[in-house]
Amino acid sequence: MAKDQPQLDTSPHVSDEVRKTTCYMCACRCGINVHMKEGKVAYIEGNRDHPVNRGVLCAKGSAGIMQVNAPSRLRAPLKRVGPRGSGEFEEISWDEALEIATGWLKPLRETAPEKLAFFTGRDQSQSFTGLWAQSFGTPNYAAHGGFCSVNMAAAGIYTMGGAFWEFGQPDWDHTKLFLLFGVAEDHDSNPIKMGIGKIKERGARMIGVNPIRSGYNAVADDWIGITPGTDGLLIMALIHELMKAGKVDLDYLAQFTNAACLIDSDPNSDSHGLLLKDSEGQPQVIDRRTGQVAPWNGEGVQPDLSATDRHAGITHRPVFHAMAERFLDPQWAPDAVAGKTGISADRIRALAAELARVAFDEAIELDRAWTDFRGVTHPKMIGRPVSMHAMRGISAHSNGFQTARALHTLQILLGSVETPGGMRFKPPYPKPHTAHPKPHCKVTPGAALDGPHLGYPQGPEDLCLTETGGPARIDKAFSWDNPLSAHGMMHMVISNAHAGDPYRIDTLFLYMANMSWNSSMNTRQTMHMLTDTDENGDYVIPRIIYSDAYSSEMVAYADLVLPDTTYLERHDCISLLDRPICEADAVADAIRWPVVDPDRDVRAFQSVLCDLGARLNLPGFVTEDGSQLYADYADYMTNHIRRPGIGPLAGWRVGEHGLQHGRGAPNAGQIDSYIRNGGFWMEHIPEGAAYYKPFNSAYQDWAVQMGFYDSPQPYIFSLYSEPLRRLQLAAEGTGAHQPPEHLRARLQTHMDPLPFWFEPLGDETAEGYPLHALTQRPMAMYHSWGSQNAWLRQIHGVNPLYVPTKIWKAQGFAEGDWAVVISPAGSITVPVAHMAALNENTVWTWNAIGKRKGAWALDADAPEATKGYLLNHLIHELLPEKGDGMRWSNSDPVTGQAAWFDLRVKIAKSPAPQEAQPAFGSVGSPVPDATETLAWKVGK
Amino acid sequence: MHPAPSVILFTSLSGLGFGLLVWLGLGVLAPTGWVAFVFFTIAYLLAVGGLMASTFHLGHPERALKAFTQWRTSWLSREAWASVAALVLMALYGAGLVFFASRWAVLGYLGAALSLLTVITTSMIYAQMRTVPRWNNPTTPAMFLSYSLAGGALLAGEVTIAIWLLTIAVVAQVAHWVVGDRALAGSGTTIASATGLGDRGAVRSFEPPHTGTNYLMDEFIHVVGRKHRVTLRAIALISGLLMPSLILLAGVGHLLAAVAVLLHLVGVFASRWLFFAEAEHVVGLYYGKR
Amino acid sequence: MTALPETTDRKLGLVIDLDTCVGCHACVISCKGWNTENYGAPLADTDPYGADPSGTYLNRVHSYEIQPNDGPAQLVHFPKSCLHCEDAPCVTVCPTGASYKRSEDGIVLVNEQDCIGCGLCAWACPYGAREMDPAAGVMKKCTLCVDRIYNENLPEEDREPACVRTCPAGARHFGDFADPDSHVSKLTADRGGMDLMPEQGTKPVNQYLPPRARDAQMQPPALKPVAEDAKGFVGWLDKALSRVGGG
Repeated sequence: MAKDQPQLDTSPHVSDEVRKTTCYMCACRCGINVHMKEGKVAYIEGNRDHPVNRGVLCAKGSAGIMQVNAPSRLRAPLKRVGPRGSGEFEEISWDEALEIATGWLKPLRETAPEKLAFFTGRDQSQSFTGLWAQSFGTPNYAAHGGFCSVNMAAAGIYTMGGAFWEFGQPDWDHTKLFLLFGVAEDHDSNPIKMGIGKIKERGARMIGVNPIRSGYNAVADDWIGITPGTDGLLIMALIHELMKAGKVDLDYLAQFTNAACLIDSDPNSDSHGLLLKDSEGQPQVIDRRTGQVAPWNGEGVQPDLSATDRHAGITHRPVFHAMAERFLDPQWAPDAVAGKTGISADRIRALAAELARVAFDEAIELDRAWTDFRGVTHPKMIGRPVSMHAMRGISAHSNGFQTARALHTLQILLGSVETPGGMRFKPPYPKPHTAHPKPHCKVTPGAALDGPHLGYPQGPEDLCLTETGGPARIDKAFSWDNPLSAHGMMHMVISNAHAGDPYRIDTLFLYMANMSWNSSMNTRQTMHMLTDTDENGDYVIPRIIYSDAYSSEMVAYADLVLPDTTYLERHDCISLLDRPICEADAVADAIRWPVVDPDRDVRAFQSVLCDLGARLNLPGFVTEDGSQLYADYADYMTNHIRRPGIGPLAGWRVGEHGLQHGRGAPNAGQIDSYIRNGGFWMEHIPEGAAYYKPFNSAYQDWAVQMGFYDSPQPYIFSLYSEPLRRLQLAAEGTGAHQPPEHLRARLQTHMDPLPFWFEPLGDETAEGYPLHALTQRPMAMYHSWGSQNAWLRQIHGVNPLYVPTKIWKAQGFAEGDWAVVISPAGSITVPVAHMAALNENTVWTWNAIGKRKGAWALDADAPEATKGYLLNHLIHELLPEKGDGMRWSNSDPVTGQAAWFDLRVKIAKSPAPQEAQPAFGSVGSPVPDATETLAWKVGK
Repeated sequence: MHPAPSVILFTSLSGLGFGLLVWLGLGVLAPTGWVAFVFFTIAYLLAVGGLMASTFHLGHPERALKAFTQWRTSWLSREAWASVAALVLMALYGAGLVFFASRWAVLGYLGAALSLLTVITTSMIYAQMRTVPRWNNPTTPAMFLSYSLAGGALLAGEVTIAIWLLTIAVVAQVAHWVVGDRALAGSGTTIASATGLGDRGAVRSFEPPHTGTNYLMDEFIHVVGRKHRVTLRAIALISGLLMPSLILLAGVGHLLAAVAVLLHLVGVFASRWLFFAEAEHVVGLYYGKR
Repeated sequence: MTALPETTDRKLGLVIDLDTCVGCHACVISCKGWNTENYGAPLADTDPYGADPSGTYLNRVHSYEIQPNDGPAQLVHFPKSCLHCEDAPCVTVCPTGASYKRSEDGIVLVNEQDCIGCGLCAWACPYGAREMDPAAGVMKKCTLCVDRIYNENLPEEDREPACVRTCPAGARHFGDFADPDSHVSKLTADRGGMDLMPEQGTKPVNQYLPPRARDAQMQPPALKPVAEDAKGFVGWLDKALSRVGGG
């Protein structure tokens, strides 16, 4: 028979060359092998050696080839010629574009640098763009964290020196029970999928806590379909149950957390609630060996979790007493929370018992001795194999910060942070909040800002306030409105700039941020703010510069467009100074490099900033003779020095005896070394340093050697958060820095040093809106980017609103029906679909599938523009007016994180409209129409 | 199944043409000269026209000759052979009648058999499909054959034969619908067997793999509305089969015969459109469309 | 040759683990990418940026919702491509011999030079595994990456189908089902691998591993309270700490 078969070449030529770089189809930063044929991209696959993805690659990554040939790619710098928002542009030269930008920015820098607001969306070069903004001198810089997941990050840093994703991950190789709370489906995409795969392979179990049982939750062994916004309540109940049963790791808590630290318990004291400290500022514990007060880190000290101390007439008791009072309160009992969470008390009790069973009855031991910061050597590493992960689902609520705090507290109580089988940090984390910079905002015309913009305030004195106590930043970050807004508040910039509150700006400079569409709450109003004019007919926001690689919705609202390159046409560094790509067992960083040359008149944005920085004579961007310091971004990556011996890239630096990693002088051949190594650098953590990192001397020494810190920084976890207490104390009227009166009560409540749960702030005005409405990103799309991709948009070209069975039946919905969805802020009319595996009071849809007509080089009748829609129209950046006559921000009161998921709606069947409502007119497209048929093959 | 005009035209017209050739070959009517020329022309226009139409849906009609190679296994390949053999033989036979006024009977019987075989092979292309339970039963060849022979008889002006065969076609057609309407359920193929998940509970398609359409959905998923189906079935029965019979019973004139043929043709088209449009391909189960 | 081989030396195919597949579509696009650039004509897309985009894909991920009699509804992601059946009906209907099943490894292929694009093989396939390419006019289907699995130009570890190589969750496995000791044979045996539409009589080679039981109630031993309030807790704590000793 075989002789009848056709001759088949089973070893065809695969590619001329494989170029290894870093993906940018989402924020995961996987390593990719780009197969080249005849100088063109032929195929993209995962890089097997890469720490992030180990060879695998998601749909987006594999579809990169369709991003690099997408018709939506901008082609040349654009100058607006029609009215703002029309999309009418003329193509101009780079010289002209940069002259225009310089002409606008130079006078601002010389007179009022704060009149430039520079915000950078899904930027992966924040340590560079931040430096540029700092050199310019404006306090108004941040990236997108404020409307993404700052609650999770900030709560993690303040509690234990890191959170999830780039900060840490479950110990996939040892964990026996994995608990996953609300996570967008594309979040930390490949690592989570790989981890779940490992868990499944080992037969370990996974529990999903999510209103929606799709994606990761679909493969969870148990699904807890929680009511949105009540995750914190569930966690409080779990903690309540565990504490009540004494199922907490007392040994771990005593040694490695501040549970044993003493706090001033005298309500009349000025330091009420603050930690007792010695003359060196070290928190005090009672040493069980002596019964006497001793510093937390004293050699051999055995902190006592229970003993109290009377000192200078004031009673000090350990944090653990306050925790017992907080968590054992009957308001957190399973029976008390069952109704709100939608989970039966029995199920909550069973979950708590299961956590305890796995953590304590199935504990694991690794035969690795290690020595802690008190000099005590432990013969073994004891593991509590319960691990957790969470992100936007619990983060993007107005109670997200305290909910995330509660989650981190739960992990710590079980003794499962940085222990085998639990949650592990990734270098350069763990890093305590005290080791991070504080925010800076001091403006001097013609000079740089006094320090980095973003950071972690330790108390009221670190806030970014004007002399009169008002917000110093345009987004009001680090003000009394939201003191710990560690990532800034990009989502407030446009509305504040439009309102002139706290002040007016001149130029809004945005990078990779689709603010006129899916990245803003209240999209229609945002478009209005961007185009609104004053009594003279001038735009209220006078100038807008925008840089993007693609024809996004925001392009039409810019006066000047600086076209960026795609990710395969550029240099980038995935730096340890930024959001690194390390693994729990290794430190790593990576680069992108131009594997193809742009075929358009576009430039990498960071290289443009090098040029613009020189034209503006910014310190750090010019040489002593005033000429341009960095020829381009690659030059910066190689030669910039952040601290002595530390640059953007840690691999292959020049040491005394040749090349070395971590610290060292710049190396002209560094990028070539990265390219030779597959686009990344990685160094494994020594085995004895792999766990207990914050407390482990071996890790601390290695971290110093690598340059994460300049001296060992051991610390203990802050179950009790003193920075929060300092702010709360101020709100109680103590101290020199006092909040405005209207914020006092709110601060007293929310700056609680111990986690608690409160109803999402929007709930108060949500009567009559019985349903919760959520979005999540599908795994095969990254925000709005996927729709320009010919392969991906076929998978998700429309986004029905998924409706649970109870509502589906009550409304008499049938396949193909439409519904009007109304929130306190607006209404939309959209297609609906039935989903049974869904919390019975929740509706949801895929995020950012809806597109504006004319954008992304899609035809105006594309389904994304006719049936697709955004929930953003239903969400206002301010809450409705309450009894006090105020409109509070729709965000977390601690961090300012946008509360996307607090959305409450009602729904009713509607006749099918011609198009999803609201519908918007078409914007002019700055790129030509797309091709009719695609059959992309570059090889012969 | 997608009711593609090319395939509907093909099966309808070539069925009529080969049906007529059967009667010509059998010598039930044996015209000669110009009359024979007219009959053979009509038969060939229908048969060949139908075959030509069938090539419209090919991706590569220029490679059509390759379709003759797999007669051992493929009904389509067999159809190719049978139709070409029938057409060649019947051309010779027709030449005898037209030019020599001679009826070469053996050739005619052979040609008739091959014409019949062509119709059978056509029907077997559909009847063999386990994936389309509505087709995968004997009513499919029965219906194709009875339609073909009845239509051929109608064209041949053979009143008695036509009336009998039209009646048989009614039975075959109704049987095809009755059997067909229960076929998918009877096949045992369900969304439960398609996914293997049926023992866990009620299975339904949640999201299609792509939100847009694709070849499979365009080709295999076609849902006919109930009202539409009743109307078309009535047209197939009344216009295609009952009316021509009544006209024939009422007595034949040339004009009325032509009306009968046209009515029959309309009915055949309706029947064939339904044959495809109503046919449920099991792949639709994966899309939750059945 | 459209006659099926009586036996094949090997039975190469995939195990797809429905317990693990998170529905990310990675396999879909990886397949699209490899097979657009490699074997035969590129996988075309019509109206790729317009109202009605429709492209050729050799692997698609469905999702199904299961409503058990009691307990919450479940969602199962369901990747589907050619199952390389032993009794492949798509092969025998082919009039030109373009479709064939390889006798050495059982892979079902289309020789595009011989394909007239009649579509009959797609009709014969119950699984929707074959798609006519709108631009090339020939039938496209999963080749099990026959141009990868033996490809000496690829590193040995990469000689597996693109979908398997890329699957982030490890829900896809490639191997020889004729070898009872192979990874795929063992997985199938251990996890109750199943045929899709067994009643169609196609004898699919690819096997699907069913999802493990979901929502089996957690039944750990109940927690016993040591205290009812903070005061009681501190009392318990003092006792507990004295038991712990060194601290």
